Amino acid sequence: MEDIQLLETIEKYLSGELSDQERTEFDVIRQKSADIDQMVVEHKLFLNQMETYAKRKNITHTSQQVFSNLLANGEWAPIEAVGVPNKVIQLWSKYKKVIAIAASFGGFFAIFTSIIVMYLSPSLNGSQLLQLSKAVEVIKKNQQVQGHLLNEVKTKVPENAKLISGGSGFLIDTKGYIITNAHVLKGDGAIVINSKGQELNARIIYSDVTNDLALLKIEDKDYKQPKTIPYAIRRKISDLGEEIFTLGFPRNDNDIVYGKGYLSAQTGYEGDSSSYQIQINANPGYSGAPIFNSNGELIGVISTRQKLAEGVAFAVKSTEIIDVVNALKGNEKTKDINIKLPKFTSSASSNRKSQLDNLKNFMYSVKSFN
Amino acid sequence: MKAELNEQALLKGLAQNDSKAVETLYKSHFTMIQHFVENNNGSFDDARDVFQEAMIALYEKVQLDSFVLTCQIKTYLFSICKHLWLKRLQQMGKYSSPLSENEESISIEMDMGQIEKKDAAFAIMDRALNSLGEPCKSLLEGYYLNKKGMQELASQFGYTNADNAKNQKYKCLMRLKKLFFTQYNIGD
Repeated sequence: MEDIQLLETIEKYLSGELSDQERTEFDVIRQKSADIDQMVVEHKLFLNQMETYAKRKNITHTSQQVFSNLLANGEWAPIEAVGVPNKVIQLWSKYKKVIAIAASFGGFFAIFTSIIVMYLSPSLNGSQLLQLSKAVEVIKKNQQVQGHLLNEVKTKVPENAKLISGGSGFLIDTKGYIITNAHVLKGDGAIVINSKGQELNARIIYSDVTNDLALLKIEDKDYKQPKTIPYAIRRKISDLGEEIFTLGFPRNDNDIVYGKGYLSAQTGYEGDSSSYQIQINANPGYSGAPIFNSNGELIGVISTRQKLAEGVAFAVKSTEIIDVVNALKGNEKTKDINIKLPKFTSSASSNRKSQLDNLKNFMYSVKSFN
Repeated sequence: MKAELNEQALLKGLAQNDSKAVETLYKSHFTMIQHFVENNNGSFDDARDVFQEAMIALYEKVQLDSFVLTCQIKTYLFSICKHLWLKRLQQMGKYSSPLSENEESISIEMDMGQIEKKDAAFAIMDRALNSLGEPCKSLLEGYYLNKKGMQELASQFGYTNADNAKNQKYKCLMRLKKLFFTQYNIGD
Protein backbone atom coordinates (compact mmCIF):
# COMPACT_ATOMS: atom_id res chain seq x y z
CA MET A 1 0.00 0.00 0.00
CA GLU A 2 1.28 3.43 -0.78
CA ASP A 3 1.86 5.76 2.11
CA ILE A 4 -0.81 8.21 1.11
CA GLN A 5 -3.41 5.47 0.78
CA LEU A 6 -2.32 3.93 4.04
CA LEU A 7 -2.83 7.23 5.82
CA GLU A 8 -6.22 7.68 4.20
CA THR A 9 -7.22 4.21 5.39
CA ILE A 10 -5.97 4.96 8.89
CA GLU A 11 -8.02 8.15 8.99
CA LYS A 12 -11.11 6.27 7.84
CA TYR A 13 -10.41 3.51 10.34
CA LEU A 14 -10.15 6.00 13.17
CA SER A 15 -13.22 7.95 12.17
CA GLY A 16 -15.26 4.76 11.81
CA GLU A 17 -15.83 5.17 8.07
CA LEU A 18 -14.62 1.69 7.17
CA SER A 19 -17.12 -1.11 6.61
CA ASP A 20 -17.15 -3.97 9.10
CA GLN A 21 -15.24 -6.21 6.73
CA GLU A 22 -12.61 -3.60 5.92
CA ARG A 23 -12.26 -2.93 9.59
CA THR A 24 -11.65 -6.57 10.44
CA GLU A 25 -9.10 -6.82 7.63
CA PHE A 26 -7.34 -3.74 8.87
CA ASP A 27 -7.28 -5.08 12.42
CA VAL A 28 -5.45 -8.14 11.09
CA ILE A 29 -2.91 -5.91 9.34
CA ARG A 30 -2.38 -3.99 12.55
CA GLN A 31 -1.75 -7.15 14.50
CA LYS A 32 0.75 -8.38 11.97
CA SER A 33 2.70 -5.20 11.58
CA ALA A 34 4.00 -3.36 14.59
CA ASP A 35 4.94 -0.42 12.32
CA ILE A 36 1.42 0.08 11.03
CA ASP A 37 0.05 -0.39 14.50
CA GLN A 38 2.29 2.36 15.77
CA MET A 39 1.24 4.65 12.90
CA VAL A 40 -2.39 4.17 13.88
CA VAL A 41 -1.73 5.00 17.50
CA GLU A 42 0.40 7.99 16.65
CA HIS A 43 -2.13 9.34 14.20
CA LYS A 44 -4.94 8.95 16.67
CA LEU A 45 -2.98 10.94 19.21
CA PHE A 46 -2.25 13.57 16.60
CA LEU A 47 -5.89 13.87 15.51
CA ASN A 48 -6.96 14.21 19.13
CA GLN A 49 -4.53 17.06 19.53
CA MET A 50 -5.85 18.70 16.35
CA GLU A 51 -9.39 18.36 17.66
CA THR A 52 -8.51 19.95 20.99
CA TYR A 53 -6.65 22.68 19.13
CA ALA A 54 -9.63 23.43 16.89
CA LYS A 55 -12.02 23.50 19.83
CA ARG A 56 -9.88 25.89 21.77
CA LYS A 57 -9.57 28.18 18.74
CA ASN A 58 -13.34 28.24 18.43
CA ILE A 59 -14.08 28.96 22.07
CA THR A 60 -11.41 31.67 22.11
CA HIS A 61 -13.05 33.23 19.09
CA THR A 62 -16.52 33.11 20.66
CA SER A 63 -15.21 34.52 23.89
CA GLN A 64 -13.44 37.42 22.19
CA GLN A 65 -16.45 38.27 20.10
CA VAL A 66 -18.84 38.20 23.04
CA PHE A 67 -16.48 40.32 25.08
CA SER A 68 -16.07 43.02 22.44
CA ASN A 69 -19.83 43.15 21.85
CA LEU A 70 -20.50 43.62 25.54
CA LEU A 71 -17.78 46.21 25.76
CA ALA A 72 -19.21 48.10 22.78
CA ASN A 73 -22.61 48.09 24.50
CA GLY A 74 -21.08 49.77 27.50
CA GLU A 75 -21.30 46.78 29.81
CA TRP A 76 -18.01 47.64 31.51
CA ALA A 77 -15.42 50.35 31.60
CA PRO A 78 -11.97 50.33 33.08
CA ILE A 79 -12.28 51.48 36.67
CA GLU A 80 -9.75 53.37 38.71
CA ALA A 81 -8.35 51.30 41.51
CA VAL A 82 -10.16 52.31 44.69
CA GLY A 83 -8.01 54.61 46.79
CA VAL A 84 -6.44 51.97 48.98
CA PRO A 85 -3.72 53.17 51.34
CA ASN A 86 -0.26 51.81 50.86
CA LYS A 87 -0.27 48.08 51.48
CA VAL A 88 2.44 48.14 54.14
CA ILE A 89 0.65 50.82 56.13
CA GLN A 90 -2.60 48.90 55.76
CA LEU A 91 -1.00 45.73 57.05
CA TRP A 92 0.71 47.55 59.88
CA SER A 93 -2.46 49.09 61.18
CA LYS A 94 -4.25 45.78 60.89
CA TYR A 95 -1.64 43.64 62.59
CA LYS A 96 0.21 46.02 64.91
CA LYS A 97 -1.17 44.46 68.06
CA VAL A 98 -0.27 40.98 66.93
CA ILE A 99 3.18 42.13 65.91
CA ALA A 100 3.73 43.78 69.27
CA ILE A 101 2.71 40.66 71.15
CA ALA A 102 4.80 38.45 68.91
CA ALA A 103 7.79 40.73 69.35
CA SER A 104 7.56 40.69 73.12
CA PHE A 105 7.22 36.93 73.13
CA GLY A 106 10.26 36.79 70.92
CA GLY A 107 12.19 38.92 73.38
CA PHE A 108 11.17 36.78 76.35
CA PHE A 109 12.05 33.68 74.50
CA ALA A 110 15.50 34.99 73.58
CA ILE A 111 16.27 35.90 77.19
CA PHE A 112 14.84 32.65 78.46
CA THR A 113 16.97 30.54 76.10
CA SER A 114 20.16 32.38 76.96
CA ILE A 115 19.50 31.81 80.65
CA ILE A 116 18.99 28.12 80.03
CA VAL A 117 22.10 27.89 77.92
CA MET A 118 24.16 29.70 80.56
CA TYR A 119 22.80 27.44 83.26
CA LEU A 120 23.45 24.25 81.38
CA SER A 121 26.73 24.95 79.65
CA PRO A 122 29.06 24.37 82.60
CA SER A 123 27.72 20.87 83.03
CA LEU A 124 29.00 19.96 79.60
CA ASN A 125 32.40 19.20 81.03
CA GLY A 126 35.40 17.06 80.37
CA SER A 127 33.99 13.90 81.87
CA GLN A 128 31.20 13.73 79.36
CA LEU A 129 33.61 14.11 76.50
CA LEU A 130 35.60 11.30 77.99
CA GLN A 131 32.54 9.12 78.10
CA LEU A 132 31.99 9.76 74.47
CA SER A 133 35.45 8.69 73.50
CA LYS A 134 35.02 5.56 75.58
CA ALA A 135 31.89 4.81 73.73
CA VAL A 136 33.81 5.10 70.49
CA GLU A 137 36.24 2.48 71.74
CA VAL A 138 33.43 0.15 72.62
CA ILE A 139 31.97 0.59 69.19
CA LYS A 140 35.32 -0.18 67.65
CA LYS A 141 35.58 -3.38 69.65
CA ASN A 142 32.13 -4.48 68.74
CA GLN A 143 32.31 -3.56 65.13
CA GLN A 144 32.76 -7.06 63.83
CA VAL A 145 29.94 -8.47 65.90
CA GLN A 146 27.65 -5.63 64.85
CA GLY A 147 28.45 -6.07 61.20
CA HIS A 148 27.34 -9.64 61.51
CA LEU A 149 24.11 -8.64 63.22
CA LEU A 150 23.30 -6.06 60.59
CA ASN A 151 23.56 -8.68 57.91
CA GLU A 152 21.14 -10.85 59.76
CA VAL A 153 18.59 -8.09 60.20
CA LYS A 154 18.87 -7.17 56.57
CA THR A 155 17.06 -10.08 55.00
CA LYS A 156 13.82 -11.74 55.96
CA VAL A 157 14.26 -14.61 53.58
CA PRO A 158 14.53 -17.84 55.60
CA GLU A 159 18.08 -19.10 56.01
CA ASN A 160 18.15 -22.02 53.62
CA ALA A 161 15.67 -20.60 51.14
CA LYS A 162 16.70 -19.76 47.63
CA LEU A 163 15.36 -16.77 45.75
CA ILE A 164 13.97 -18.00 42.48
CA SER A 165 11.86 -15.26 40.98
CA GLY A 166 10.97 -11.62 41.36
CA GLY A 167 9.14 -8.66 39.93
CA SER A 168 7.06 -5.69 40.94
CA GLY A 169 3.76 -5.23 42.76
CA PHE A 170 1.50 -2.56 44.18
CA LEU A 171 -1.01 -2.06 46.98
CA ILE A 172 -4.73 -2.40 46.31
CA ASP A 173 -5.91 -2.26 49.90
CA THR A 174 -4.36 -0.38 52.79
CA LYS A 175 -4.51 -3.55 54.91
CA GLY A 176 -1.48 -4.72 52.93
CA TYR A 177 -2.90 -6.55 49.93
CA ILE A 178 -0.59 -6.45 46.93
CA ILE A 179 -1.25 -7.39 43.33
CA THR A 180 1.52 -8.85 41.21
CA ASN A 181 1.83 -11.34 38.35
CA ALA A 182 1.32 -15.04 39.02
CA HIS A 183 4.56 -15.77 37.16
CA VAL A 184 6.48 -13.53 39.52
CA LEU A 185 5.70 -16.00 42.33
CA LYS A 186 7.40 -19.19 41.24
CA GLY A 187 8.28 -20.17 44.82
CA ASP A 188 6.17 -21.02 47.87
CA GLY A 189 7.10 -18.01 49.96
CA ALA A 190 7.48 -14.34 49.26
CA ILE A 191 8.84 -11.15 50.66
CA VAL A 192 8.21 -7.64 49.43
CA ILE A 193 10.51 -4.64 49.58
CA ASN A 194 9.16 -1.12 49.70
CA SER A 195 10.69 1.81 47.84
CA LYS A 196 12.76 2.69 50.90
CA GLY A 197 14.43 -0.71 50.74
CA GLN A 198 12.66 -2.18 53.78
CA GLU A 199 11.86 -5.89 53.56
CA LEU A 200 8.49 -7.17 54.73
CA ASN A 201 7.16 -10.69 55.07
CA ALA A 202 4.25 -11.55 52.82
CA ARG A 203 1.92 -14.47 52.27
CA ILE A 204 0.68 -15.68 48.91
CA ILE A 205 -3.12 -15.61 49.11
CA TYR A 206 -4.24 -16.31 45.59
CA SER A 207 -2.71 -17.03 42.24
CA ASP A 208 -4.48 -17.14 38.89
CA VAL A 209 -2.13 -18.48 36.25
CA THR A 210 -4.56 -17.97 33.34
CA ASN A 211 -4.88 -14.26 33.93
CA ASP A 212 -1.36 -14.03 35.33
CA LEU A 213 -2.48 -12.21 38.47
CA ALA A 214 -1.65 -13.02 42.06
CA LEU A 215 -2.53 -11.57 45.42
CA LEU A 216 -0.14 -11.21 48.34
CA LYS A 217 -0.72 -9.96 51.84
CA ILE A 218 1.94 -8.23 53.87
CA GLU A 219 2.11 -9.92 57.26
CA ASP A 220 4.77 -8.09 59.14
CA LYS A 221 4.73 -6.03 62.32
CA ASP A 222 6.94 -3.44 60.62
CA TYR A 223 4.30 -2.71 57.98
CA LYS A 224 2.87 0.76 58.36
CA GLN A 225 -0.64 0.90 57.00
CA PRO A 226 -1.21 4.00 54.84
CA LYS A 227 -4.43 5.98 55.27
CA THR A 228 -5.54 5.83 51.66
CA ILE A 229 -4.33 4.64 48.29
CA PRO A 230 -4.04 7.49 45.78
CA TYR A 231 -5.16 5.62 42.66
CA ALA A 232 -8.54 4.18 41.71
CA ILE A 233 -8.75 0.85 39.89
CA ARG A 234 -10.32 1.72 36.54
CA ARG A 235 -13.55 -0.16 35.89
CA LYS A 236 -13.83 0.75 32.23
CA ILE A 237 -11.69 -0.09 29.22
CA SER A 238 -9.12 2.54 28.35
CA ASP A 239 -8.77 4.30 25.02
CA LEU A 240 -6.36 3.60 22.23
CA GLY A 241 -3.43 5.97 22.21
CA GLU A 242 -3.92 6.94 25.83
CA GLU A 243 -0.72 8.07 27.46
CA ILE A 244 0.42 5.76 30.21
CA PHE A 245 3.21 5.39 32.72
CA THR A 246 4.51 2.78 35.08
CA LEU A 247 6.65 2.38 38.17
CA GLY A 248 8.51 -0.84 38.79
CA PHE A 249 11.66 -2.53 39.99
CA PRO A 250 13.37 -3.82 36.86
CA ARG A 251 16.86 -3.66 38.26
CA ASN A 252 18.61 -5.88 40.75
CA ASP A 253 19.41 -3.06 43.13
CA ASN A 254 15.75 -2.54 44.14
CA ASP A 255 15.69 0.99 42.79
CA ILE A 256 12.32 2.09 41.53
CA VAL A 257 12.23 3.02 37.84
CA TYR A 258 9.75 5.17 35.95
CA GLY A 259 8.70 4.41 32.38
CA LYS A 260 6.23 6.01 30.03
CA GLY A 261 4.51 5.16 26.77
CA TYR A 262 1.06 4.69 25.37
CA LEU A 263 -1.66 2.14 24.96
CA SER A 264 -1.27 0.68 21.48
CA ALA A 265 -4.12 -1.83 21.27
CA GLN A 266 -7.18 -2.67 23.30
CA THR A 267 -6.43 -6.36 23.06
CA GLY A 268 -3.35 -8.30 23.99
CA TYR A 269 -1.34 -11.09 22.41
CA GLU A 270 -3.30 -12.79 19.62
CA GLY A 271 -6.38 -10.75 20.36
CA ASP A 272 -6.61 -11.65 24.06
CA SER A 273 -9.42 -9.46 25.36
CA SER A 274 -8.28 -9.57 28.98
CA SER A 275 -5.18 -7.53 28.25
CA TYR A 276 -3.86 -4.46 26.47
CA GLN A 277 -0.92 -4.05 24.19
CA ILE A 278 1.28 -1.23 25.34
CA GLN A 279 4.24 0.59 23.92
CA ILE A 280 6.70 0.97 26.75
CA ASN A 281 10.24 0.00 27.49
CA ALA A 282 9.53 -2.98 29.68
CA ASN A 283 12.32 -4.97 31.22
CA PRO A 284 11.81 -8.33 32.93
CA GLY A 285 11.52 -6.93 36.48
CA TYR A 286 8.59 -4.79 35.40
CA SER A 287 6.35 -7.85 35.61
CA GLY A 288 3.53 -7.04 38.01
CA ALA A 289 4.12 -3.30 37.81
CA PRO A 290 1.04 -1.09 37.57
CA ILE A 291 0.07 0.93 34.49
CA PHE A 292 -1.44 4.34 35.17
CA ASN A 293 -3.14 6.67 32.73
CA SER A 294 -2.38 10.38 32.72
CA ASN A 295 -5.17 10.99 35.23
CA GLY A 296 -3.41 8.69 37.64
CA GLU A 297 -5.98 5.92 37.45
CA LEU A 298 -4.70 2.37 37.53
CA ILE A 299 -5.59 0.75 34.22
CA GLY A 300 -3.55 -2.43 34.11
CA VAL A 301 -0.71 -4.65 35.28
CA ILE A 302 2.35 -5.26 33.11
CA SER A 303 2.58 -8.92 32.31
CA THR A 304 4.70 -10.04 29.41
CA ARG A 305 6.90 -8.68 26.73
CA GLN A 306 6.71 -9.78 23.16
CA LYS A 307 10.08 -11.34 22.43
CA LEU A 308 10.52 -10.00 18.93
CA ALA A 309 9.36 -6.41 19.05
CA GLU A 310 11.33 -4.01 21.18
CA GLY A 311 9.18 -1.84 23.39
CA VAL A 312 6.00 -3.84 22.86
CA ALA A 313 4.55 -5.29 26.03
CA PHE A 314 1.24 -6.52 27.34
CA ALA A 315 -0.71 -5.56 30.39
CA VAL A 316 -3.54 -7.34 32.17
CA LYS A 317 -6.57 -5.03 32.26
CA SER A 318 -7.58 -3.49 35.57
CA THR A 319 -11.02 -5.07 35.21
CA GLU A 320 -9.32 -8.45 35.79
CA ILE A 321 -8.19 -7.25 39.23
CA ILE A 322 -11.81 -6.61 40.06
CA ASP A 323 -12.61 -10.14 38.86
CA VAL A 324 -9.92 -11.57 41.14
CA VAL A 325 -11.38 -9.76 44.13
CA ASN A 326 -14.84 -11.04 43.24
CA ALA A 327 -13.49 -14.56 42.80
CA LEU A 328 -12.13 -14.42 46.35
CA LYS A 329 -15.54 -13.56 47.69
CA GLY A 330 -17.05 -16.55 45.93
CA ASN A 331 -14.56 -19.02 47.35
CA GLU A 332 -15.34 -20.74 50.66
CA LYS A 333 -11.76 -20.49 51.91
CA THR A 334 -11.18 -16.87 51.01
CA LYS A 335 -14.61 -15.33 51.39
CA ASP A 336 -13.64 -13.61 54.64
CA ILE A 337 -10.95 -11.56 52.98
CA ASN A 338 -12.57 -8.20 52.71
CA ILE A 339 -10.72 -6.20 50.09
CA LYS A 340 -11.84 -2.64 49.54
CA LEU A 341 -10.52 -1.49 46.20
CA PRO A 342 -9.58 2.19 46.11
CA LYS A 343 -12.24 4.22 44.32
CA PHE A 344 -10.74 7.70 44.18
CA THR A 345 -7.70 9.00 42.42
CA SER A 346 -5.98 11.73 44.32
CA SER A 347 -2.60 11.64 42.68
CA ALA A 348 -3.44 13.46 39.46
CA SER A 349 -1.51 16.33 40.86
CA SER A 350 0.18 19.23 39.19
CA ASN A 351 3.37 17.63 38.06
CA ARG A 352 4.56 14.15 37.33
CA LYS A 353 7.45 14.36 39.75
CA SER A 354 5.38 14.94 42.88
CA GLN A 355 2.86 12.41 41.61
CA LEU A 356 5.63 9.80 41.38
CA ASP A 357 6.99 10.75 44.80
CA ASN A 358 3.59 9.97 46.21
CA LEU A 359 2.93 6.82 44.16
CA LYS A 360 6.21 5.13 44.93
CA ASN A 361 5.13 4.66 48.55
CA PHE A 362 2.59 2.13 47.29
CA MET A 363 4.95 0.17 45.04
CA TYR A 364 6.79 -2.95 46.11
CA SER A 365 9.53 -5.11 44.73
CA VAL A 366 8.41 -8.73 45.06
CA LYS A 367 10.74 -11.68 45.61
CA SER A 368 9.72 -15.29 45.77
CA PHE A 369 11.68 -18.16 47.30
CA ASN A 370 11.57 -21.87 47.93
CA MET B 1 -31.56 23.66 43.74
CA LYS B 2 -32.75 25.89 40.93
CA ALA B 3 -29.48 27.81 40.93
CA GLU B 4 -27.63 24.52 40.64
CA LEU B 5 -29.72 23.53 37.62
CA ASN B 6 -29.01 26.86 36.00
CA GLU B 7 -25.31 26.39 36.51
CA GLN B 8 -25.50 22.94 34.93
CA ALA B 9 -27.35 24.36 31.92
CA LEU B 10 -24.79 27.11 31.64
CA LEU B 11 -21.92 24.64 31.66
CA LYS B 12 -23.66 22.55 29.05
CA GLY B 13 -23.99 25.63 26.87
CA LEU B 14 -20.34 26.46 27.37
CA ALA B 15 -19.36 22.93 26.39
CA GLN B 16 -21.16 23.45 23.09
CA ASN B 17 -19.47 26.78 22.45
CA ASP B 18 -22.82 28.57 22.76
CA SER B 19 -22.30 32.33 22.70
CA LYS B 20 -25.35 32.93 24.93
CA ALA B 21 -23.74 30.88 27.68
CA VAL B 22 -20.42 32.66 27.21
CA GLU B 23 -22.20 35.99 27.44
CA THR B 24 -23.96 35.01 30.66
CA LEU B 25 -20.63 34.00 32.18
CA TYR B 26 -19.10 37.35 31.25
CA LYS B 27 -22.07 39.29 32.54
CA SER B 28 -22.25 37.44 35.85
CA HIS B 29 -18.59 37.14 36.74
CA PHE B 30 -16.32 39.49 34.82
CA THR B 31 -16.78 42.45 37.18
CA MET B 32 -15.55 40.34 40.08
CA ILE B 33 -12.33 39.50 38.21
CA GLN B 34 -11.95 43.06 37.02
CA HIS B 35 -12.05 44.32 40.62
CA PHE B 36 -9.64 41.66 41.76
CA VAL B 37 -7.06 42.29 39.04
CA GLU B 38 -7.31 46.05 39.13
CA ASN B 39 -6.95 46.09 42.90
CA ASN B 40 -3.83 44.00 42.58
CA ASN B 41 -1.54 45.90 40.27
CA GLY B 42 -3.32 44.98 37.05
CA SER B 43 -5.16 46.73 34.24
CA PHE B 44 -8.50 46.22 32.54
CA ASP B 45 -6.76 44.41 29.70
CA ASP B 46 -5.03 42.11 32.16
CA ALA B 47 -8.42 41.25 33.65
CA ARG B 48 -9.78 40.52 30.17
CA ASP B 49 -6.87 38.16 29.38
CA VAL B 50 -7.00 36.34 32.69
CA PHE B 51 -10.76 35.89 32.51
CA GLN B 52 -10.56 34.54 29.00
CA GLU B 53 -7.92 32.02 30.01
CA ALA B 54 -10.03 30.91 32.95
CA MET B 55 -13.06 30.50 30.71
CA ILE B 56 -11.06 28.33 28.31
CA ALA B 57 -9.86 26.25 31.25
CA LEU B 58 -13.46 25.77 32.37
CA TYR B 59 -14.47 24.95 28.81
CA GLU B 60 -11.82 22.27 28.53
CA LYS B 61 -12.79 20.88 31.90
CA VAL B 62 -16.43 20.47 30.91
CA GLN B 63 -15.35 18.58 27.78
CA LEU B 64 -14.01 15.74 29.89
CA ASP B 65 -16.13 12.64 30.50
CA SER B 66 -15.02 12.63 34.08
CA PHE B 67 -16.11 16.23 34.56
CA VAL B 68 -17.41 17.25 37.96
CA LEU B 69 -17.50 20.75 39.29
CA THR B 70 -17.37 20.53 43.05
CA CYS B 71 -18.03 24.20 43.63
CA GLN B 72 -19.92 27.12 42.11
CA ILE B 73 -18.83 28.41 38.71
CA LYS B 74 -18.03 31.72 40.35
CA THR B 75 -15.66 30.14 42.85
CA TYR B 76 -13.97 28.07 40.19
CA LEU B 77 -13.43 31.00 37.82
CA PHE B 78 -12.14 33.13 40.63
CA SER B 79 -9.72 30.45 41.80
CA ILE B 80 -8.28 29.98 38.31
CA CYS B 81 -7.99 33.74 37.76
CA LYS B 82 -6.34 34.20 41.11
CA HIS B 83 -3.78 31.52 40.34
CA LEU B 84 -3.08 32.88 36.86
CA TRP B 85 -2.78 36.45 38.04
CA LEU B 86 -0.50 35.53 40.90
CA LYS B 87 1.74 33.70 38.48
CA ARG B 88 1.85 36.65 36.12
CA LEU B 89 2.67 39.05 38.95
CA GLN B 90 5.49 36.81 40.02
CA GLN B 91 6.82 36.66 36.47
CA MET B 92 6.82 40.45 36.34
CA GLY B 93 8.52 40.55 39.72
CA LYS B 94 5.70 42.64 41.14
CA TYR B 95 4.32 40.24 43.66
CA SER B 96 5.26 41.18 47.17
CA SER B 97 2.45 40.97 49.67
CA PRO B 98 -0.71 38.91 50.05
CA LEU B 99 -3.34 39.74 47.43
CA SER B 100 -6.32 41.75 48.42
CA GLU B 101 -9.36 39.61 47.71
CA ASN B 102 -12.92 39.35 48.92
CA GLU B 103 -13.94 36.17 47.18
CA GLU B 104 -13.91 32.60 48.27
CA SER B 105 -11.45 30.40 46.43
CA ILE B 106 -10.56 26.73 46.32
CA SER B 107 -7.32 24.89 45.77
CA ILE B 108 -6.95 24.10 42.08
CA GLU B 109 -3.44 22.69 42.09
CA MET B 110 -4.61 19.52 40.35
CA ASP B 111 -6.45 21.35 37.61
CA MET B 112 -3.59 23.75 37.04
CA GLY B 113 -1.30 20.84 36.15
CA GLN B 114 -3.67 19.71 33.44
CA ILE B 115 -4.31 23.25 32.25
CA GLU B 116 -0.61 23.90 31.85
CA LYS B 117 -0.17 20.65 29.98
CA LYS B 118 -2.97 21.56 27.59
CA ASP B 119 -1.60 25.07 27.15
CA ALA B 120 1.74 23.58 26.20
CA ALA B 121 0.19 21.18 23.67
CA PHE B 122 -1.83 24.01 22.17
CA ALA B 123 1.23 26.21 21.85
CA ILE B 124 3.17 23.43 20.12
CA MET B 125 0.39 22.83 17.61
CA ASP B 126 0.03 26.56 17.04
CA ARG B 127 3.74 27.00 16.41
CA ALA B 128 3.84 23.97 14.13
CA LEU B 129 0.89 25.18 12.07
CA ASN B 130 2.23 28.70 11.78
CA SER B 131 5.67 27.60 10.69
CA LEU B 132 4.17 25.53 7.84
CA GLY B 133 3.51 28.52 5.61
CA GLU B 134 0.83 28.81 2.94
CA PRO B 135 -1.01 27.13 1.35
CA CYS B 136 -0.28 24.23 3.75
CA LYS B 137 -1.62 26.00 6.83
CA SER B 138 -4.96 27.00 5.30
CA LEU B 139 -5.35 23.69 3.53
CA LEU B 140 -4.92 21.67 6.72
CA GLU B 141 -7.03 24.08 8.73
CA GLY B 142 -9.73 23.79 6.10
CA TYR B 143 -9.69 20.01 6.26
CA TYR B 144 -9.09 19.25 9.93
CA LEU B 145 -10.38 22.32 11.73
CA ASN B 146 -13.23 23.51 9.54
CA LYS B 147 -14.04 19.98 8.28
CA LYS B 148 -14.34 20.97 4.63
CA GLY B 149 -14.46 18.29 1.93
CA MET B 150 -11.62 17.64 -0.51
CA GLN B 151 -13.70 18.80 -3.47
CA GLU B 152 -14.45 22.11 -1.84
CA LEU B 153 -10.84 22.62 -0.84
CA ALA B 154 -9.66 21.78 -4.36
CA SER B 155 -11.75 24.57 -5.87
CA GLN B 156 -10.90 26.99 -3.06
CA PHE B 157 -7.16 26.52 -3.55
CA GLY B 158 -7.31 26.22 -7.32
CA TYR B 159 -6.33 22.55 -7.69
CA THR B 160 -7.52 20.91 -10.86
CA ASN B 161 -9.14 18.01 -8.99
CA ALA B 162 -9.68 16.53 -5.55
CA ASP B 163 -6.81 14.06 -5.99
CA ASN B 164 -4.30 16.84 -6.46
CA ALA B 165 -5.60 18.54 -3.36
CA LYS B 166 -5.35 15.24 -1.51
CA ASN B 167 -1.71 14.82 -2.52
CA GLN B 168 -0.90 18.31 -1.40
CA LYS B 169 -2.75 17.78 1.86
CA TYR B 170 -0.78 14.60 2.49
CA LYS B 171 2.56 16.36 2.01
CA CYS B 172 1.51 19.21 4.27
CA LEU B 173 0.23 16.81 6.91
CA MET B 174 3.49 14.89 7.00
CA ARG B 175 5.38 18.13 7.55
CA LEU B 176 3.00 19.24 10.28
CA LYS B 177 3.21 15.91 12.09
CA LYS B 178 6.97 16.03 11.99
CA LEU B 179 7.03 19.56 13.36
CA PHE B 180 4.52 18.65 16.04
CA PHE B 181 6.08 15.43 17.26
CA THR B 182 9.62 16.79 17.49
CA GLN B 183 8.32 19.07 20.23
CA TYR B 184 5.51 17.08 21.73
CA ASN B 185 6.73 14.54 24.22
CA ILE B 186 4.44 11.58 24.66
CA GLY B 187 3.64 10.89 28.26
CA ASP B 188 5.07 14.05 29.72
